[in-house]
Amino acid sequence: MEIVRSQRRNGSDGSGSSASLPLYKSAPSLEFRLEEFGQYAIDRLRVLQAISDGLSRGKKPEEMENLVSEQWRANMKHQDADKTLRKDIISHFVLRLVYCREEEMRRWFLSMETALFRYRFRLQNAEAQKSIMNELQLQYNVLGNAEYETIKDKLTEAARSVNFTSNPEAVFYKVPFEDVPELVASRRVFILKGFAFVPRNQVVSLVCTIFRSNISKALALTNRKWRAMIQDQEKDRIAPMVEALGNVYLGPDYSKPKDCAEISLKDINQLASTSFPLCMRHLFGKLREDHHLKHQGRMQLGLFLKGVGLKLEDALAFWRAEFSQKVGAERFDKEYAYSIRHNYGKEGKRTDYTPYSCQKIIMSTPSTGDHHGCPYRHFSEENLRAALNKMGVGGRAMDDIMDKVRNRHYQLACTLTFEATHGTSCETGINHPNQYFVESRKFFESKNKHSQPTA
Amino acid sequence: MTKEKEEHREDPMQIDSNRVPTGSLLTDYLRIYYGKFFPYTDMFKWLAYGNDGKHPGCDSSYFGRREFSFTIKSDRDEIYLRFQSFFNASEMETSIKAKCPTKIDIGAVYTVDPAKRHAYAQSGFNPIERELVFDIDISDYDDVRYCCSGADTCLNCWPLMTIAIKVIDTALREDFGFSHILWVYSGRRGVHCWVCDSRARRLSKEQRSAIADYFHVYKGGENSLKKVTFSGPLHPFLARAYTDVLKNEFEKWVSTQKLFEHEERFHKILQLIPDESVVSELAEKWQGNSVRWEHLKHMLQSGSKKTQGLRRCIEEIVFSYTYPRLDIQVTKGMNHLLKAPFCVHPGTGRICIPIDPKKCEEFDPTSVPTVAQLIEELNANASIGADNYVEKTSLAASVHLFRTCFLEPLIKTCKDELENAYNTKIQQTKDSLNW
Repeated sequence: MEIVRSQRRNGSDGSGSSASLPLYKSAPSLEFRLEEFGQYAIDRLRVLQAISDGLSRGKKPEEMENLVSEQWRANMKHQDADKTLRKDIISHFVLRLVYCREEEMRRWFLSMETALFRYRFRLQNAEAQKSIMNELQLQYNVLGNAEYETIKDKLTEAARSVNFTSNPEAVFYKVPFEDVPELVASRRVFILKGFAFVPRNQVVSLVCTIFRSNISKALALTNRKWRAMIQDQEKDRIAPMVEALGNVYLGPDYSKPKDCAEISLKDINQLASTSFPLCMRHLFGKLREDHHLKHQGRMQLGLFLKGVGLKLEDALAFWRAEFSQKVGAERFDKEYAYSIRHNYGKEGKRTDYTPYSCQKIIMSTPSTGDHHGCPYRHFSEENLRAALNKMGVGGRAMDDIMDKVRNRHYQLACTLTFEATHGTSCETGINHPNQYFVESRKFFESKNKHSQPTA
Repeated sequence: MTKEKEEHREDPMQIDSNRVPTGSLLTDYLRIYYGKFFPYTDMFKWLAYGNDGKHPGCDSSYFGRREFSFTIKSDRDEIYLRFQSFFNASEMETSIKAKCPTKIDIGAVYTVDPAKRHAYAQSGFNPIERELVFDIDISDYDDVRYCCSGADTCLNCWPLMTIAIKVIDTALREDFGFSHILWVYSGRRGVHCWVCDSRARRLSKEQRSAIADYFHVYKGGENSLKKVTFSGPLHPFLARAYTDVLKNEFEKWVSTQKLFEHEERFHKILQLIPDESVVSELAEKWQGNSVRWEHLKHMLQSGSKKTQGLRRCIEEIVFSYTYPRLDIQVTKGMNHLLKAPFCVHPGTGRICIPIDPKKCEEFDPTSVPTVAQLIEELNANASIGADNYVEKTSLAASVHLFRTCFLEPLIKTCKDELENAYNTKIQQTKDSLNW
């Protein structure tokens, strides 16, 4: 129990700061009022939502640290540190109940809580970080001197490859590579015979992976318990609150097109040239040109079209019309139609897949023969200029966009493109291709309304 | 390969080992191949991972929870059957012989027998074990090879696959600590890699993704100019790949592909240099000069130009041309189905035989046995009354390689692991009883 532990700890290091970032290992045996149940959860949810928003806008780590600090202070912090801790723990466990119930919700909650933990960890002082690591039992993984000597050249090499000057006094943690997937993926650590040698300054990644893994298991367990007994036991008291909390606005859901925003096949060419963001224009264009797209491209474009309002029958007709020119209608029906129906939730697991957000698209990397991903990230300057030219962007706007690209603000570049091609400003900033489309349609619809000739 | 057609006059199966069989001829060949050649017992022993014995620690349901898929082609149609499963080697053999698939794929091991998946609703049927796999296709290198394109390959460009095997095999063993690795010729234009350590089989999707990204150096689709960018000193893995393999292989590549003799070929290399003044200086000096690569290296390494992005330019060029290009999605997924070793490639008739990574330079894709060739050898052996016909065909060497380099060490490890796990469990039970 975090509360009990902090009382014990206050004596030892005096700061008590280690207790300010709990690991949520077990449900607290605290008593609290029902009103606190809902309010605490909503306050924490505000923080998580702000994090979600910040991440999809591609905020850098330092910016995220500030965001988390501000949001935490605004929504969660209490003058009395113990009260803050209490609210922290209660709100986490309440939200665990709320978000354990569906897979998408679990995934979102897990990601946001891990992000919250990551930035809060970064904000802790060295002492506090050390005691959290001890709680995770990482002191047993410290690299011994003898082994250090045998690999120190490689450790230095790895550090320099990520622009760190290696400090010979630095502590290294030797852990199985499975524990630091992010560091392995970005080649930020030296690995040898299945072990990663994590320097102190990269330990955030390690701690977060462990945190994430623990919460993930806890969520699965909570889900089972909820279904097995709590839901029933609490059907008059907590269950209705949990339901209500789960419906609190999270972010626009683009999996179901809004209102009568269905589009038909005959409109699609026109819409592609006026209202598709560059990534989708590119995929669309390539599809028309090659009569083929590789799998990731099909997913990215296909789900976008679903979100835009293309019905399944029309989608099948559209893809068949293109693919049959390359592989024949028969092969299309056998090899490709299935996965389109799959995207609409009509096959297999029957999951209704959601169109990819900018964050997801930016993070995917195209390879040979691929056309998916974010063009602002992957196109060479020359090709990007050419593509934007075709969209009618030029002059000053082009330079601004290129500037954003050079600074890796891909979504801002896309937003500027929107503004340049529509002649209007877009305050909210683009973080989803379907949002680009919706905003574009809104703009054109209102323009048409205002230019209707009076009868 | 002499064709003794006279001797085989009575034999109804006239084999022309140079022709790639299709349609019903392919089916006939496959029937014989599956009847006499396909190594069922070895494949079963591999995929059972030790769970095929009488040891009480064995899980007899293990093999039956593996998904296989069959592609069955006839003249008019192609049928794809997923979620095939077999309780043991003999069931697998019977099914393959009966259906004569043109392709067999191996999927994941699931929580329950795939044939019974519907009974377990959505949450009960999940992949829990799967080898870590890699798929490399030489057609992904079409922009840097000038001797072949698409599905073709020759001895000039095959070295790209040798390079890929060396770089990845070394990293899998040295960096990740894996040891039970099987490399297989995909039958036409590439190679597959199966990492079979139990640690590898239990990797999560996220961990597979991380490994795939670790190897992902060549990035970007056709619209980006520079697919490899190094902003600073190389990570030890990349430095080793460069020093041990890529640097020298690129030198060879320069000469076999005549990279600096044709303008459009060296122009591509010049495009990777982020300094206009260097590029124009070189382009000018190169009218008629053939020691271009040395010249380029000298210029970029001299350090006289301080433009940003020039320091690693040589490495970037070398990596762009030679570094392995993986199909990342194949590695990231847990239920991606991959073609089984010892299948017959329907497009070439060649057998998907294992490649010894320690001798991968000696591998010659143009002399891999074809199904027609094997059948002809079989007939020749039969007609001279030899015993153990199959043992005396060209496939024997491959089966032997599979067994000695891969299967035997793997089975030993598996048996040890099973034994240890079992003993631990027994000890735990004893301990808890002591209460």
